[in-house]
Amino acid sequence: MGFRVGSDWRAPIAELERLYAGYPQPEDGIPDFTVRLFAARPWRRWLRPAVTLGGDFVLPDAAPLPLAQGLLAAEMAMNLQMALGQRRYLLLHASAVERDGCAVLMTGLSGAGKSTLAALLGARGWRLMGDEFALVDPATGLVHAFPRLVSLKNAAIDVVRAALPEARFGPLLAGTPKGDIRHLVPDAEAVARMAEPAQPALILFPRFGFDAAERGLGPSEVFVRLTQASTNYVALGERGFEAMTRLVREVPARAIDYPDADSAIAQVETLWSAL
Amino acid sequence: MAERLYRAVPADALRIVPLDDFTLIFHRPSGLSHLVTAPAPEILELLEQGPLTRAALLARLGERFELADASVEALDARLGELVATGLVEAA
Repeated sequence: MGFRVGSDWRAPIAELERLYAGYPQPEDGIPDFTVRLFAARPWRRWLRPAVTLGGDFVLPDAAPLPLAQGLLAAEMAMNLQMALGQRRYLLLHASAVERDGCAVLMTGLSGAGKSTLAALLGARGWRLMGDEFALVDPATGLVHAFPRLVSLKNAAIDVVRAALPEARFGPLLAGTPKGDIRHLVPDAEAVARMAEPAQPALILFPRFGFDAAERGLGPSEVFVRLTQASTNYVALGERGFEAMTRLVREVPARAIDYPDADSAIAQVETLWSAL
Repeated sequence: MAERLYRAVPADALRIVPLDDFTLIFHRPSGLSHLVTAPAPEILELLEQGPLTRAALLARLGERFELADASVEALDARLGELVATGLVEAA
């Protein structure tokens, strides 16, 4: 998956080049999606510069972001292209990690901890497949990786920095609409193996801020939750239906509540070893 | 006036996948998915054998699926939903 990013300013492009330095170019040299970061009025390039998101697919009423959050704007714009434009894969708004060829998918509302848990599992020997989108191939049922910058928010930033002291991070973006954000650069293994898909083996619905608990979910509840978590289920038509029914019938799913990251990691490892 | 008949849509218009207490139905003409529970799958199954009036349908449901307590109003409501979503045809 390749992106072409154009910008009225140099700074966001420089950040992207630095943070995605280890990433391969698209195989055929042709990007899949175009993103543009532009000033809605010419003077807004310099005067209180504000970044408006553009590209192949746009949300008409998306609010501009201050230039200091240009990297966030670029990431949001790239996610938007995937969310609205992806047709080959069933897209799940989920993080994914892999071990032994099998993947754990984690999805939930913003703040559920899917990015944090994926990053922390990545620090413990799992391969990070992605923190934002899991791509399910309707033809094979396999999950494909999309290991973009991991978006960490607020308290999760320090938790992950402590777990991954050697990792590379983007600048601290303070005061965004979602609070403080800092991007983690996926490790070399995540980038080197991004073309390797995995068999989905466990679907988790984590929820942060509750006493540790877990329960199994039936296929119909998983279907409802995953269609809500998919940005292109309807657009894919019957291929989406096939991919989704296969997933919910074949892959066990659990809802896990957790009070802190250590507790969640222990829950995931226990569930994994019981598979 | 002849009593209204309910009939199944052509079999290739639907993909029906039982999950648990719920059944998933993909409606090809609209591209929409429906998650339904009893008595909707039972209604579809009965109508696949041939068109039925509301009264006949209620009687068959009672015989086959022990839905004897289903009121006429409730069945009407479910039938209405199935017709509205295109999963059943009313003639």
